[in-house]
Amino acid sequence: MELVDEYRDLAQSRECLRAISELVTRPWTIMEVCGGQTHGIVKFGIDRLLPSEVSLLHGPGCPVCVTPVEMIDSAIDIALSPDVIFTSFGDMARVPGCETNLLMAKARGADLRLVYSPLDALEIARANPGRQVVFFAVGFETTAPVTAMAVHRARAERIANFSMLVAHVLVPPAMEAILSSPERRIDGFLAAGHVCTVMGTEEYRPLSERFGVPIVVTGFEPVDILQGVYMCLRQLEEGRAEVENQYVRAVRASGNPTARDMITEVFQVVPRRWRGIGDIPASGLGLSPAYAEFDAERRFRLGRRDPAPEGECISGLVLQGIAKPMDCPQFGRRCTPEHPLGAPMVSSEGACAAYFKHRAKNARAAS
Amino acid sequence: MSDDEDAGAACPLPISDYPEILLAHGSGGTLTHRLIESLFIAAFANPALEARHDGAVFEIGGTRLAFTTDSYVVDPPFFPGGDIGSLAIYGTVNDLAMCGARPLYVSAGLILEEGFAMAALQRVVASMKAAAARAGVELVTGDTKVVGKGCGDGIFINTSGIGQIEEGEGISPKGVRPGDIVILSGDIGRHGMAVMAAREGLEFEPPIQSDSAPISGPVLALAAAGIELHCLRDPTRGGLATTLVEIAETSGTGIGIDESAVPVSDPVRGACEILGLDPFYVANEGRFVAFVPAGEGERASRILAGDPLCRDARIIGEVTDAPAGTVTLRTLIGGSRVLDMLSGEQLPRIC
Repeated sequence: MELVDEYRDLAQSRECLRAISELVTRPWTIMEVCGGQTHGIVKFGIDRLLPSEVSLLHGPGCPVCVTPVEMIDSAIDIALSPDVIFTSFGDMARVPGCETNLLMAKARGADLRLVYSPLDALEIARANPGRQVVFFAVGFETTAPVTAMAVHRARAERIANFSMLVAHVLVPPAMEAILSSPERRIDGFLAAGHVCTVMGTEEYRPLSERFGVPIVVTGFEPVDILQGVYMCLRQLEEGRAEVENQYVRAVRASGNPTARDMITEVFQVVPRRWRGIGDIPASGLGLSPAYAEFDAERRFRLGRRDPAPEGECISGLVLQGIAKPMDCPQFGRRCTPEHPLGAPMVSSEGACAAYFKHRAKNARAAS
Repeated sequence: MSDDEDAGAACPLPISDYPEILLAHGSGGTLTHRLIESLFIAAFANPALEARHDGAVFEIGGTRLAFTTDSYVVDPPFFPGGDIGSLAIYGTVNDLAMCGARPLYVSAGLILEEGFAMAALQRVVASMKAAAARAGVELVTGDTKVVGKGCGDGIFINTSGIGQIEEGEGISPKGVRPGDIVILSGDIGRHGMAVMAAREGLEFEPPIQSDSAPISGPVLALAAAGIELHCLRDPTRGGLATTLVEIAETSGTGIGIDESAVPVSDPVRGACEILGLDPFYVANEGRFVAFVPAGEGERASRILAGDPLCRDARIIGEVTDAPAGTVTLRTLIGGSRVLDMLSGEQLPRIC
């Protein structure tokens, strides 16, 4: 299959690994930002194939994981309201709120429908004029253009029974928060490839310069990740700190201007609470005043909730690369995909889920 | 474990964890297994059930029989490559084949929702008739119930089947031994993707057809050729990965699989890539894995490849004794990872 097989090629992978081994002269720590990259690394066993000098840390690039608990609870409340059809991407359905999750709410009578696109949710609204249709708008900059388009169309077509619960987050502020942390141990970054398809690469330059770290925009297949790691290590060994693009087949420096225009039209930058990490200023997207009528929080008159206690979940440490999933005392014990204590164990991009799915049995068998 | 009438109260499954049944309890993953283990097997413990195979095997008057049952709730009832009727026949026939039995007789119980179109029912029945003929079984008894509108999703079908075991002993997960070779009869992921596409209105180019088919023919061909069959299983809901994990756990062996050896057709790969699904966890309805002794792998693959349903049959792995109960996948790029069951349905990813 074109554009996939070449990037899972055994010979190419071996060549990248050989080049990496010859290149490194000292230990380096690289963080891959995107949860999709984390899964690729664990799924293909890349971290175990790299030389021991190279450590990979997993970043906060799992939008499902960082959606605040309070927002999950709001989603559940809305879903259980009469005459509501609550639509969401599949990932969100198992994420635990304070007491329950959307799938369990469905078992109790909520009309929850899993969709592949917010435009599907808009179609449901058109088909059900007597019901309120709410879409759970989650994701980084990758999904923001298409959720923006859904609202844009809703306003143009005067679809009054459609609204969105918006939880979009932005990558650069999260990277800045991690780089500013006194516990930071990161030498370089693999930036999220699909985010950059939309946003381009330029906004990472100030981060790279200010903190002196190489940032390599990287794809998701094994060869992509190995090439991204190589490019990052080469910069580190040469003492450079620049923004480079490995994912040239999908990312241009200017990104996708049409998509960005749609984001700017519909959204504005807002502060956002990141689950496990805390409040990061100017790190989220919310509906701009012109589109405020489509904000589900306003429409359903949801008050601002107090931050919920995190309990035993150490997701904040995992998402910032300070701890690995297996460092958590509850990993695989009281925290499993069936009984998650937090989001990273159930999200398809969560680091804990990646390790549990692909590694945990080894650890359990060995212990 | 109490033998009371209301055994549920004494069930070791912490009911407080799941006061209601979730869809995940029916997906074939860990929740399904926990429910079966802690509620059903705990309540009805007996040797046939505890073999945890696709059917029950027992002997009556010197004749070894296999007996199985399955229920079909697929939505939509008609999909590319099949329908709930043919699926109901082939599914039960295949479970008998997985016990090494020649399928002989099936029953069918239909639960129809008020308002289900008669024309649709006629189509289903015609399909069952054709499927039974193709599979060489007779439908000898049945039942029909109708429930009120809103109380059943159009049509549900339960089929049970009886077959006779002529050759082979103890074909079940407990028959698997270190050194065995694992053979897969064809490419994976067709049925699950075909049904998902039909249900969600996704149009893949070319359209994906379910692989629903009776596989007793190729299985009996292996037995007739004198291949010693240690275990057979069809990877239905939960997919190939779940089936292999079940077998590894029940047999206490380790199974190693070569990812590059597992065939996945391009249309299925493409559909899975777009939706972020893993073909290893997608249901199949016309495929099986066979565990045969070391040294028999090549011959068994060749015999299977002679059957039109098993043209892509190949060796995909081997059985060791460690790590016990674990399936290890050797990845495309030379790494390795452990395959485990999912806890619920695979859900398409965000980005």
